Amino acid sequence: MIRDFFRVMVVDLTTGKTRLKEIPGRAEYLGGSGLAAHLFREFGHIDRDWDDPEQPLIFAIGPLTGYFPLMSKTCCAFRSPYHNQYTESYAGGKSALSLRFADLDALVVTGKAKRLTAVCVGSRLVDVRDVEYMRGFDAIQTGRVLRKIFPGSGRRSIMRIGPAGENLSAYACINVDTFRHFGRMGGGAVMGAKNLKAICVLGDRGFDLPEGKAYPKLYKHIFEQLTTTEMMAKYHGLGTAVNINPLNALKSLPWKNLQQTSSPEAEKISGETFADDTLLRNAACAGCPVGCIHVGFVREQFQTNNQYLYRQVGYDYEPIFSCGGMLEVTEAPEVLRILDVIEKEGLDCMSAGVALAWATEALEKGAISENETLEPLKWGDSETYMRAVEHLGRQDNDFYRLLAQGTMKCAKRYGGEDYACVLGQEMAGYATGEVFFVAEGLGFRHSHLDSGGYAYDQKHDEKDVDKALNFLLQDGRERIVLNCMVGCLFSRGVYKDDLLAEALESVGYGELNGSMEDIGRRVQRMRWRLRLEMGYRPDEVVIPKRYTEITTWKGPVDVDYMDALRRAYAAKIMEMGAPPEDEGTQAPLSTAKKTPS
Amino acid sequence: MKALRAARMERCIGCHSCSLACARQVHKVLSWNKAGIRISSSGGLSTGFEARVCLACHPAPCAQACPTGSLAQRRDGGVIQKRNLCIRCGKCAEACPVDAIFLDHLVNPYVCIHCGQCVPYCPHDCLELVDLPSREEEEGSDD
Repeated sequence: MIRDFFRVMVVDLTTGKTRLKEIPGRAEYLGGSGLAAHLFREFGHIDRDWDDPEQPLIFAIGPLTGYFPLMSKTCCAFRSPYHNQYTESYAGGKSALSLRFADLDALVVTGKAKRLTAVCVGSRLVDVRDVEYMRGFDAIQTGRVLRKIFPGSGRRSIMRIGPAGENLSAYACINVDTFRHFGRMGGGAVMGAKNLKAICVLGDRGFDLPEGKAYPKLYKHIFEQLTTTEMMAKYHGLGTAVNINPLNALKSLPWKNLQQTSSPEAEKISGETFADDTLLRNAACAGCPVGCIHVGFVREQFQTNNQYLYRQVGYDYEPIFSCGGMLEVTEAPEVLRILDVIEKEGLDCMSAGVALAWATEALEKGAISENETLEPLKWGDSETYMRAVEHLGRQDNDFYRLLAQGTMKCAKRYGGEDYACVLGQEMAGYATGEVFFVAEGLGFRHSHLDSGGYAYDQKHDEKDVDKALNFLLQDGRERIVLNCMVGCLFSRGVYKDDLLAEALESVGYGELNGSMEDIGRRVQRMRWRLRLEMGYRPDEVVIPKRYTEITTWKGPVDVDYMDALRRAYAAKIMEMGAPPEDEGTQAPLSTAKKTPS
Repeated sequence: MKALRAARMERCIGCHSCSLACARQVHKVLSWNKAGIRISSSGGLSTGFEARVCLACHPAPCAQACPTGSLAQRRDGGVIQKRNLCIRCGKCAEACPVDAIFLDHLVNPYVCIHCGQCVPYCPHDCLELVDLPSREEEEGSDD
C-alpha cells in the first residue's frame, strides 16, 4: 500500500492558500464515497446552503486506484444546487490516476475566489491563477487554453466548467478531459459559485510496488479477464448504446417525454446505427483497457464549394436516450449535434434533454408559449433544440433561468408537473417499471447506478415488495463498496468480493478484507444521514403522474405496487439515516467505531 | 536485435496500460511516467494519442551524451541502461531528439530497453517488437 491513512490537499480559494492534511480512517471509510462523506463531515456545513463559499467540493479516489485496471474513477461530492442536499457524482477520464500520481487520496476545494480562477495541483506543484479572461468560454475552448497554461501533457487531468456552471445551473456538469463528466446534480454550479473555472491535476509521482510476485500475477489475471473474455464485450463493442434496441423491444425506452415507451423509429438511433454510421473511434479512461468511450463524428458543410468542418462528440446510451428518443430526434448525426452544444455549454446531457422534452410537451399543451421558449420547440427538430440548449446554458430569460434550476421547479411555476419526467432529478433512460422508478426517485444520488432497479424490472414481473426492497438495499450496498474503491461500475461482474479481497491483500490492505460489508453498511448509513440532516424527506417523494400512465413489457404500471415499494423504501432510508443509538447527532463520524446493523 | 515500435498509434485508446506495465514489470513502480513508454494526446483527446518511446537510434545521441557509460549503445540501435552508473546529470534526456527519456524529480532517467513487456498489455495491438536490420555489414565496411 502507499499508506494506511488519507492524504488530502485542501485548497482555500478565499485565501489562495493550500494545505495538506493526513487523516486516519482507511479501515472505516475505505476511500471514494466513504472518504468523501467523511470529508464532508469535516469540511462541510449542514446549516449553510450549497452556494455558501465555505461548502467544500470534494474529489476522492480509492485504495486500489492505479494499482488495478478499471479502478479508474473519481468520486466528486458536494452539497447539490439541485436540492440543496449532499450528493455525489462519478467520472473517469484521467482524473483518478492523476490524483493517485499527484499523491493525493482526495482534493478538497473550499472558499470562493474574488475573480474567475484556475487551480493546478500536483505532487510538487500548487498554482492558483486568475483566469478572468476565460469568463463565458465554452468547456472545449477552456480545455484548449488550459492545456497551454498548465504543464504535464499526457499525465494530467483537466476538469472545467462551461457557461452553465458559471451561470449556476442546477444541472451544470464538470467536464473532465473532453469526453467524461461529473454529470449529475450540478457539480459545475458548485465550481461556478466558487469562481473556479478549472482544476488541473498533475500526476507526476510514482510509488514503490509491493515485493513479491502476487501483485503482478494478479494484475495479469485481471487484465486478461477484462480483455480476452466476453465479459466486457458490450462496453467496448457497441458501448452502452447497445441498450436502445432491447429496451425498445421491452417497451422500456422513454420516448417523446415518456408519452411512449417504444417507437418503430428507435432503430435509427440504435447502438448499431451509431456504430455503423457515426462511430469514429473508441477511447478509454486512464488505467482501463476496455475503451468504453465511443466518439462519434459529425460532418457539416459551412460554406458552399465543399467547405466542411467536423466535430467529435462522445456518445453513450444515456445521451442518446435523452437527446434522441426523448426529443424524438431520430437521426444519429443530429443527436450528436445537440450533444455537442450541451458539451460546450457544460450541462448534464440527461437533465438538459429531459428538460427540453418537458418544455416541448408544455408548449404543445399550451402551458407555456414561444414567449417563454424563444424557439418553436418541436419533436425531432434538432436545429431548434440546439438553440434552446444555448438559451438554457446562458439562461436567456426567466423561463430558461427557472428551467436551469430543474424541470420540476419550472413545472411548478408554469404547470405541467404531471408530465415532468423527474425522479429526484431528470430521469435516466429506463422506463422499465415500478422498481426503477422508485429506485431512482428515492436513490441516494437519483442515478440509475445507485442500484440495479432497471435490471430487476427487466427480469421480474412478480410484485413482491419485500423482495424488491431487499434487492435495492443489498445491491445498493454492494455498489457502495465499489464506489468506495472507486471502481468503474462496468467492472462489477469482474470485481466480486473474493477478487476485491485478493486485490487488497496483494497491495498490503489485507486487514480490510473482512470488513468490506461493514464498510458498505457504514457508508450507506453515513450518506443517508447527511441527506436527512440536510432536509431530505424520502416519505414525501412524489413520483409524477406520467410514470403511472405507461405500459411496459409487464403491462400497465401497477400504481399500488409502486406506491407500496416507495413507502417501504422511504421507511428504510429513514431508518438507515437515523443517528446510531451510541452517538449523538453532532458526534464526529471519525469517532464512530461500528454502526449497529 | 529487436526494437519496440509504436506502429499503430491511430488505434490507441489512451488507457496507459503500456506505461503502467513497463513501470510495474521493468521498473517495479506504480507510475505512468517512470516508464520507457509514455502516452500523451497530441493536444487534447480529440486529436488522438502519441507514444513517447525510444526510436532505437544508431548512433544514439543519449548514449553519446552520457558521461559515465550508464547508457551504452546497443549493437543495432537503442541503448542498454546500467542504472548503478548513472550520476543523474540529465544529459541523456536533453540529447534525445524525440523526448523519449523521462526524468523523474530526482533526475532518474527512464528509457525504453526494447524488452517488449508492454506489448501484451496493449489491448489494441498498437505496439510491436520488430527486428532491427543488422548493422554488422556497415560497421565492417571500409567504404
